[in-house]
Amino acid sequence: MKLYVPLDSAAVALGADRLAAAIAAEAAARGVTVQIIRNGSRGMVWLEPLVEVVTDKGRMGFGPLTLADVAGLFGDLASHPKALGLVEDLPWMQGQTRLTFARVGVIDPLSLDDYRAHGGLAGLERARAMTRAGIVAEVTESGLRGRGGAGFPTGIKWKTVSEAPGDQKYIVCNADEGDSATFADRMLMEGDPFTLIEGMAIAGLACGASKGYVYIRSEYPVAIRVMDAAVRIARDARVLGPAFDIEIRVGAGAYVCGEETSLLNSLEGKRGVVRAKPPLPALQGFMGRPTVVNNVISLASVPVIMARGAAFYKDFGLGRSRGTIPLQIAGNVRFGGLYEVAFGLTLGQIVNEIGGGTASGRPVKAVQVGGPLGAWFPPSLFDTPFGYEEFGAKDGLIGHAGLTIADDSTDMLAMARFAMEFCAIESCGKCTPCRIGAVRGVETLDRLAAGDASAIPLITDLCNTMKSGSLCALGGFTPYPVLSALTHFPDDFARAKEAAE
Amino acid sequence: MLDSHVQNGPLAERIAEILDAHQGLEGPLLPILHAIQQAFGHVPDSAIPQIAAALMLSKAEVHGVISFYHDFRSAPAGRHVLKLCRAEACQAVGADAVADRIKRALGIDWHETTADGRVTLEPVFCLGLCACGPAAMVDGRLVGRCDEGVLAEVAK
Repeated sequence: MKLYVPLDSAAVALGADRLAAAIAAEAAARGVTVQIIRNGSRGMVWLEPLVEVVTDKGRMGFGPLTLADVAGLFGDLASHPKALGLVEDLPWMQGQTRLTFARVGVIDPLSLDDYRAHGGLAGLERARAMTRAGIVAEVTESGLRGRGGAGFPTGIKWKTVSEAPGDQKYIVCNADEGDSATFADRMLMEGDPFTLIEGMAIAGLACGASKGYVYIRSEYPVAIRVMDAAVRIARDARVLGPAFDIEIRVGAGAYVCGEETSLLNSLEGKRGVVRAKPPLPALQGFMGRPTVVNNVISLASVPVIMARGAAFYKDFGLGRSRGTIPLQIAGNVRFGGLYEVAFGLTLGQIVNEIGGGTASGRPVKAVQVGGPLGAWFPPSLFDTPFGYEEFGAKDGLIGHAGLTIADDSTDMLAMARFAMEFCAIESCGKCTPCRIGAVRGVETLDRLAAGDASAIPLITDLCNTMKSGSLCALGGFTPYPVLSALTHFPDDFARAKEAAE
Repeated sequence: MLDSHVQNGPLAERIAEILDAHQGLEGPLLPILHAIQQAFGHVPDSAIPQIAAALMLSKAEVHGVISFYHDFRSAPAGRHVLKLCRAEACQAVGADAVADRIKRALGIDWHETTADGRVTLEPVFCLGLCACGPAAMVDGRLVGRCDEGVLAEVAK
């Protein structure tokens, strides 16, 4: 009997480790031989822990599974109370276009044979037969843009590093996924680590870099463990080696280290303080040498682009947002999880049709798109199509494609205050608008909460100063959640005034 | 060793081992600090001169790095460390109220340790469990859909 029990953090946080142990114990008690594979998550977090049993019809899913449901897995599967049917046939799976996440949840994350059998390493093999310029051109042609949030064309960044002079260049993977509502990097690293390794190896070939670093946040213990093991396996199998090797580094709880220059300082062993640009990291990055800094999903999207061609990838999407995007649907939502789909769905389709509305059953009040530095969107903007430019045009951003759904009990003034408080806690301190602006922002919003309406022009002015005067996105984008809350939910800011009068 | 303040004894020996194990790394300070905290539960102040001397940094630089990052502590934590996520997705499913009840039950605020040294309470900004919040981490173990029931795990 062969079963899959996810090792994904979300599944583990909901009891997957205990389940795996209970299944093994039950099998032993019954004298049944079982093979338990710890896979990644299929992304249906509301069904986790989702256990799959291999049958002659395919992989049957059971979830959310509790310890009490374990014995039933050894009986008639079709009549199991948690039976979901074939996992591949579930609407959540059917509706997706899984390119980057094609193998996540499907394979054994630490089996290189399994990886190969599901198309892995085909991209790297093709890249090895190409010129550096040829690889860069292919990635550029695919239209892939930075999935970490900035949306900068990946191919252009690679071209700069590839053509930069220097004997030693680096590929740095930014796995400091600190934005609330985002977990795509984590799921990819936990569920299909070789895809990231392959993407980095291709980047190394394209740019002439022999060393790669993956900077993973310390809040992701499972991802760190899986990536560490995967790098060792890849080294033993000579996928990694002297020509290109990877080292895993662990962050230390500083949100700002998700900003690329701050990450580089942290990697060098310094305080994670932001660097002024120029010089671009592409020219003077890690240790002052030419460095590609790419997000996990950007790098992990490269193997499929190289394996199936730029045209195939580019064919998906909308406008200047090409390919697919792993949406992370989170917060107060009925069906939360990861859903990879071509750019272009409207926000309303994502929230209501895929996410199924709120978990609380109350009306959706607002959706924050793009993490703590993203704008809050009211339902009146739910017709906005999911794309970089489309969200920019509505004074928002897609960021790393995380969505926090909040119901009508949410106080938007409190959320605006939290954005400023978070910025004050996490500011690296280098630039004044962020370091001091965030503190003044909290104070000004407290004045508003106390009924002082004269603070409204002040907070607007302060936000403009932070937007145009900050060195990086932390200070520069904190105004997005604050101003969007003020613009779209003025009642939450006026209500306090009435209370005071 | 260049620095006259470097102390001797088992602590210095263990730190010397850790420093040796990280030779050859580019930018080794964070891996070294993680290893020291792993070994001792915190980064003792007395380790700073030894690290500084080995990496040819000033003591101020090493102190500056330790103090920049939320993870590194200069004193031991309680027997259990309970981290509760304060970020937006968890707030949207009631994390603030859960945190308030836990703080009341423990009689401490963020970053504090109970008087009996049992629990240290820390805020964390995202554990990547945003579709099954409120999220928590108890002594490194992840907990989804957390409520005050989590206190049972730090009861002893």
